[in-house]
Amino acid sequence: MNIKSLVEPKVNREIPELSPGDTVNVSLKVKEGDRERLQQLQGLVIGVRKGVDGGSFTVRRVSYNVGVERVFPFQSPLIQKVEVLRHGKVRRAKLYYLRKLSVKQSRLKERQSKVSISEQVVPAQAEAAAMPATSSQEQQE
Amino acid sequence: MIKGILGRKIGMTQVFLEGGEAVQVTAIEAGPCFVIQVKSKGSDGYDAVQLGFLEAKKLNAPLAGRFKEMGKLRFLREFEIDEVSSVNRGDRVDVSFLKPGDLVTVSGVSKGRGFAGVVKRHHFAGGPKTHGQSDRHRAPGSIGATTYPGRVIKGMKMAGHMGNRKVTVRNLRVVEVDPERNLLLVKGGVPGASSGLLTIKRSGEGSA
Repeated sequence: MNIKSLVEPKVNREIPELSPGDTVNVSLKVKEGDRERLQQLQGLVIGVRKGVDGGSFTVRRVSYNVGVERVFPFQSPLIQKVEVLRHGKVRRAKLYYLRKLSVKQSRLKERQSKVSISEQVVPAQAEAAAMPATSSQEQQE
Repeated sequence: MIKGILGRKIGMTQVFLEGGEAVQVTAIEAGPCFVIQVKSKGSDGYDAVQLGFLEAKKLNAPLAGRFKEMGKLRFLREFEIDEVSSVNRGDRVDVSFLKPGDLVTVSGVSKGRGFAGVVKRHHFAGGPKTHGQSDRHRAPGSIGATTYPGRVIKGMKMAGHMGNRKVTVRNLRVVEVDPERNLLLVKGGVPGASSGLLTIKRSGEGSA
């Protein structure tokens, strides 16, 4: 019996197709007391995980010389919006090596796709084709 | 009213509640079960129903005779109930007796670990890794004193067979019920491997 077909993950529709190396801006609903506001996190997608729970993606940013990483489940209803600002050119699925590099060293070249990417609107199919296969073993590095 | 059902573990996943809270859940294929036999105080000394679950591929003749005109079922388990008069042989039982928020007690057969040492079986610390130790890394240490009492105390934790026995987890919260697809989601883990047989009993009523 396949759990994925039985308990379909309710993936948040506000999240576009993401690939490692993308620079994104995540808008997250945060509750403070009885008031709700949006929290922004702009950073680099250093990994995308797939799984029966819909998977998750990790966003890394260095702020005030402190590295900050946050994992967002694709199912999370708290994510209001994810904007892809830039596609970085990367050669691996998990960019954990960037943790050891300085901010200056960890800059990525812009990806030159064969399909012309207009600024914000990305055809979903080109995005999927360009995304390297992620395997669960690589996560253990 | 029957307050138990047989099910099969499918696996674990994660669902999100409205407020954004993530809940780790086990998916269970619960039922449909069929009443094979009704036991009553008068004839058997206690009130219970025998439920059957999943189609059987092959049965020996004595077992097949229990079903007769009904479909052949693979697993049979008994559930005690209070009121036996409203239940008949052949009745169908599905998960609709549960609702989100209820508490259930789930039993299953845990994964077998074979003959396991004390470190795995009883969480002993083992011996030191360094300082000239040889063959003592996962040893149990002393198992008793000397001439007095001159024997090993009964119940001493030692190596032996681990797992593959009945394990019960009490009061798991029901997260979702779908009688149409025979699907039950409970919060937390349940014993055994995926596709293992589970017995599910309602142990408490709750609000969603």
